[in-house]
Amino acid sequence: MSNTDHHTILEVIELGMSFGGLRALDNVDLDVGEKEIVALIGPNGAGKTTFFNCITGLYNPTDGVITISPKDGKREKVNGLKPNIVTKKGLSRTFQNIRLFPNMTVLENVMIGRHCRTSSGIAGAIFKGSRTRKEEKIIVESSYSILEKIGLENFVNEFAKNLPYGEQRRLEIARALATEPFLLLLDEPAAGMNPQETLELDDLIRKIRDEENISILLIEHDMKLVMSLSDRIFVVDYGKKIAQGTPEEIRNNPAVIKAYLGEDIDA
Amino acid sequence: MFLTFPIMVIRVNTIENIIEWRWINMLLVGVGSFLLSLVWRYLLKRKEYGLQKAEESDETQVPFIERFRQQKKLYIPILAIAGAFIIVFPFIFSLYQTNIMISALIYVMLGLGLNIVVGLAGLLDLGYVAFYAVGAYAYALLNLHFNVNFWFALPIGGALGALFGILLGFPVLRLRGDYLAIVTLGFGEIIRLILENWNDFSFGPSGISNIPRPGLFGMDLSFHNSTILVYYIMIALCIFTIFVVNRLQDSRIGRAWIALREDEVACQAMGIDKARTKLTAFALGATWAGMGGVMLAAKTTFVNPASFTIWESIIILCIVVLGGMGSVLGVIVGALVLILLPEYLRAFSEYRMLIFGVLLVVMMVFRPGGIISDVRKIYKFEAAGVENSNE
Repeated sequence: MSNTDHHTILEVIELGMSFGGLRALDNVDLDVGEKEIVALIGPNGAGKTTFFNCITGLYNPTDGVITISPKDGKREKVNGLKPNIVTKKGLSRTFQNIRLFPNMTVLENVMIGRHCRTSSGIAGAIFKGSRTRKEEKIIVESSYSILEKIGLENFVNEFAKNLPYGEQRRLEIARALATEPFLLLLDEPAAGMNPQETLELDDLIRKIRDEENISILLIEHDMKLVMSLSDRIFVVDYGKKIAQGTPEEIRNNPAVIKAYLGEDIDA
Repeated sequence: MFLTFPIMVIRVNTIENIIEWRWINMLLVGVGSFLLSLVWRYLLKRKEYGLQKAEESDETQVPFIERFRQQKKLYIPILAIAGAFIIVFPFIFSLYQTNIMISALIYVMLGLGLNIVVGLAGLLDLGYVAFYAVGAYAYALLNLHFNVNFWFALPIGGALGALFGILLGFPVLRLRGDYLAIVTLGFGEIIRLILENWNDFSFGPSGISNIPRPGLFGMDLSFHNSTILVYYIMIALCIFTIFVVNRLQDSRIGRAWIALREDEVACQAMGIDKARTKLTAFALGATWAGMGGVMLAAKTTFVNPASFTIWESIIILCIVVLGGMGSVLGVIVGALVLILLPEYLRAFSEYRMLIFGVLLVVMMVFRPGGIISDVRKIYKFEAAGVENSNE
């Protein structure tokens, strides 16, 4: 594997998730290294989003272990923790069907991301002491600089619901970045984007990895994007992992081709 | 037209055993509904046209009130005049008017409190009146048993309100929307029924009377003067409420509430503690109701469970919805309209509910955001990214 020299920051071992009798995930192993872009692909209904939901705490996995070990933190098990705790520990995600706060401005959406890194409470809000004011100022400034990085600074005071679709996707990434994650989980970031936007997204994701030092785990159907971006790819089908490896290996893997096309042909 | 036929046209005269056919009424109903539908269609057309225009012209339309606010020259004098009017109000108008104003102000406070829960945090609370009752009975009972005076009872009432808010909040943390509404509705009724039936504790339906009005440094106040005092206390409390709610709205917590309203899953995924945020919303919302309850007890010097029916909750909810969810100014206007109009239009009291209903339907069609809809704070940025926020 290519990550032998890397420090592993997310390790998932034998993850399983059952909904009643339905086995949505079965024995899935996955690991993400530092500064690595890992893609999770598979046909529709393969369990990719369920996998995300398990990691980020929206679901409590039936079995398996999820451990995180940030570069300057200790190894920790995160299964069964609440989503907000998981986010606070440094895993941040976007959603497949955009889940912004539609009636808040773009800036406020990002400011929400800052919530878990700030602390002023009720008393602070009412009396608005110097500490609260300073914190507010920092929240606004850092949120704005994130928007600048993502390239949304022209929309600062626009309502999130009024943004074009592609920009909404980027705003979700901006919001996720605001929580200061060490691993960013992107659920189909390119869905519904045109080729031009997808190209920009490719750059953006690389930029996030290189400049912010954040690892990325993404689910994506756009194979061009996946192949060009990812260092390693994991393939799941019917809740089971069927392949893993570099884009080159995956491209020629007969099991993957079978899962996608149903028969053996040369890709 | 034909639906109204049995009521409007046929009248059975039981004395002479004949049936009167009032065809002229049918004609009137026909003409009336024709005209009404004309007006309705015209308004709908205009609304659609307005929407189209808004889309065509790219710039965002600044709401009337905001434009007005930005014109400092106009805004400040008008605010000053309004302030002066509020101050001299009890000296110009009769005691009756002052009393009406006091109850309207209590509703302003209740509306603002519920606005935190419903307007900001998006938790549909139909049992809000329970906290109002808690406040009122807190003052009544504490005074009866321990002779606690008004000034101590006020914060205690608020604190008890918050406590009950948290008590209600815990079991409903997982609920949302309709389910939450039903549970809170039940909670409101439980409180009312307890007050009605636990005779040893609350003196049942007969209530508690002879609650003292608030005093001022031990002065002996006449009935007239103490009403005026209550009025001023109420004004002060309202200003305090507006101040606090405004601050909360623009704070980290206020943003968390709005995020919770907008999308619960995303909100949690962004690191906001859902349970805590919901509980603070319930607690802070209920605090105002608790204080409002103390004020009610002090104003009427009498409490009984009949003042805390589900109907009160609905009125407060209407205030918030009609005024504009999440908008402080909207809620104030909503409260004044909904409480004062019925008082001054006593002549039409038979049609009050009818007008109420029509008003709500018309509002929902033409201004779904309420009279004055919520305006988000705008942050201004220099090109370099140095911010200077304006309020």
